[in-house]
Amino acid sequence: MLNASALAIGLKTNLTAIDWLIMLVYFAFILGIGFLLKRHMRTSTDFFLAGRALPAWVCGLAFISANLGAQEVIGMGASGAKYGIATSQFYWIGAIPAMVFVGLFMMPFYYGSKARSVPEYLKLRYDEKTRAWNAGSFAIMTVFSSGISMYAMAKLIQVLHIFDGVFIHFGLPLNWIFHFSIFLSAIIVLGYISLGGLTSAIYNEVLQFFLIVAGFMPLVWIGLKNVGGWHGIQRALGPGYTHSWRGMAHASTNPLGTEWYALVFGLGFVLSFGYWCTDFLVIQSAMAAESHLAARRVPLIAAIPKMFFPFLVILPGLIAISVPTVTQHMMAQVQTAPAPGVARGAAAASVTSDASSVPVGQGLIPVKVDPISGRVLTNDKGKPLLDYDLATPNMLLHFFPTGMLGLGLTALLASFMSGMAGNVTAFNTVWTYDIYQSYIHKNGTDQHYLWMGRMATIGGVALSIGAAYFVTSFNNIMDALQVVFSFVNAPLLATFLLGMFWKRTTGHGAFWGLLSGTCAAALHTGLTLPADVSGVGIHGGWIAVLHVYPSTMAQTFWTAIWAFAVCFIMTIGLSLMTKPREEKDLVGLVYSLTPKPAEGHLLWYQRPASLAILVLAMVVVLNLVFL
Amino acid sequence: MGLDIRLPLGLLFLVTGGMMAVYGLFTHGSAIYEKSAGIDINLVWGVVLSLFGLTMLLLAYLDRRRTANAPPVNLSSEVPPSNRPRGH
Repeated sequence: MLNASALAIGLKTNLTAIDWLIMLVYFAFILGIGFLLKRHMRTSTDFFLAGRALPAWVCGLAFISANLGAQEVIGMGASGAKYGIATSQFYWIGAIPAMVFVGLFMMPFYYGSKARSVPEYLKLRYDEKTRAWNAGSFAIMTVFSSGISMYAMAKLIQVLHIFDGVFIHFGLPLNWIFHFSIFLSAIIVLGYISLGGLTSAIYNEVLQFFLIVAGFMPLVWIGLKNVGGWHGIQRALGPGYTHSWRGMAHASTNPLGTEWYALVFGLGFVLSFGYWCTDFLVIQSAMAAESHLAARRVPLIAAIPKMFFPFLVILPGLIAISVPTVTQHMMAQVQTAPAPGVARGAAAASVTSDASSVPVGQGLIPVKVDPISGRVLTNDKGKPLLDYDLATPNMLLHFFPTGMLGLGLTALLASFMSGMAGNVTAFNTVWTYDIYQSYIHKNGTDQHYLWMGRMATIGGVALSIGAAYFVTSFNNIMDALQVVFSFVNAPLLATFLLGMFWKRTTGHGAFWGLLSGTCAAALHTGLTLPADVSGVGIHGGWIAVLHVYPSTMAQTFWTAIWAFAVCFIMTIGLSLMTKPREEKDLVGLVYSLTPKPAEGHLLWYQRPASLAILVLAMVVVLNLVFL
Repeated sequence: MGLDIRLPLGLLFLVTGGMMAVYGLFTHGSAIYEKSAGIDINLVWGVVLSLFGLTMLLLAYLDRRRTANAPPVNLSSEVPPSNRPRGH
């Protein structure tokens, strides 16, 4: 157990030489990999598709790492603290079945069609306008996602005071830390991608995967030891937190505020399949695999570590809320910005002195403070709100001594960068192949497109910086962007499923089906309101309030279900009214017209289907354990 | 792709783990470990990471020796058909 003196050591970020050394070694490695790979980047295929030469396990780890940005690491810790182990539904229901499906049934078309990107598959299967819509919206979303990643990282570095010591040492103003963090991350990501392309990004995602495991495993170990193991958490938090399916029969009896069928159909089918099966951000790493068989194995291999990730990223949130409450002033929290020129030491001291008047949070989770006024934020019943996003960072600061802390922070920074890098490589491919080569400069040499890819990387990073500042200067813009992105993404699954499995689907049907699905999503959000937001706004009800959902999550799931259904029905209807393509043009693109890959020479355990069954069985067991 | 990922991966973990282990040796029994429930986490975890790094380097080395002329072997899957005895 912690004693008083241990608490007094506090949760300030006290980095020493060893921590900096660990961080420097990591950054030297990721740039070094870029330099080593540069001489292999001879053609645009090398740069954009890693030469289609990577083994399945490398692509598989990159497949999940691309998605494991720090928003995920921090967000899942936050949800763990807020909702408990039910958060693992996002993995067990919300990812694994979709990953199995894309590996078994969809990868043959992505890889086999020789499309170089997901929008290009849409061009091959449907027509130019469907590709243009998908490529354009995807390019915009990747730029914003990577900008949001950058912004979140800079914010976290600021909140954890990582660079404060260095800045004070060199006499630099502390309010430059935010800008410094943005530009530093931009330069590093730009460096290794423009040197080594997708290979570099994938290799770094693999390093980052192992770093996250290395940084978070001891956190869970020490944390669990501290709260008395899983039983200690059960005692401290009660059954609502430690069972993933309890109370799912009704929206009112579980923390997510949604019924099981909305969870399974909305999250487990529409949202999760829509993401894992159609988003080029993750699909790109499978497309880089060395063979057809390897490409199919990529998502299946990825699913195995993925299903255990809740123990690394969600459990810290539960531990954070279980430990005895720590006094507020010692923890990292968003403090009032000091007046320009005032040294941080003085500001920190003043926070400490009036700490007794600040209400305490719960466990390691501090109360939420308004960054402008410095006041504690409360809900409409006057209860202070908790800043759940600090659950995981505070765990690192609370349990890790110097040395290990350096590794933990490196893991956190690495996850931000790999999230950014995945977006940038997806952007440069879609920009170069699907926008530049298709509409701007059609018949260039391969060297020209390789050059364009490097330029697009620079452009993508520059736009991301712009997006990061855009997000900084407008309140709530992040929420608004996420709502708009969800309108665009929600119907995509129907378009891909119909395209791959129904040969009658036409380009006109797909395009107008997609647009009507997006409109349906917007309409549904405009007409409903979740109960947990304060009034009509970005989150809904801006047309009229016809229905109130118990939670934002429930509303999100139902929006996705509506968008999918409308797109599905409209695409079928319009396809039946328009002229289908000749069957010979659809070979390799549609299930019924594509020869099944020969697996006769493989032993039973080498077949993707066996791997899929193993993965699904493991998920069922995990669900039973935490039922 | 020319560069076996296990080389940089193994080297990174060997270097980082080594640094942590040495630091843990020098600070063994120090008050900084009150945070980590009394465990010298730098030493313990540093050793674990170094061993992981060494394993990766060893795998990369064995692979290079085994398939001197063939492309890099897929860790997670079977030996490619070219290397496999006839009959499979």
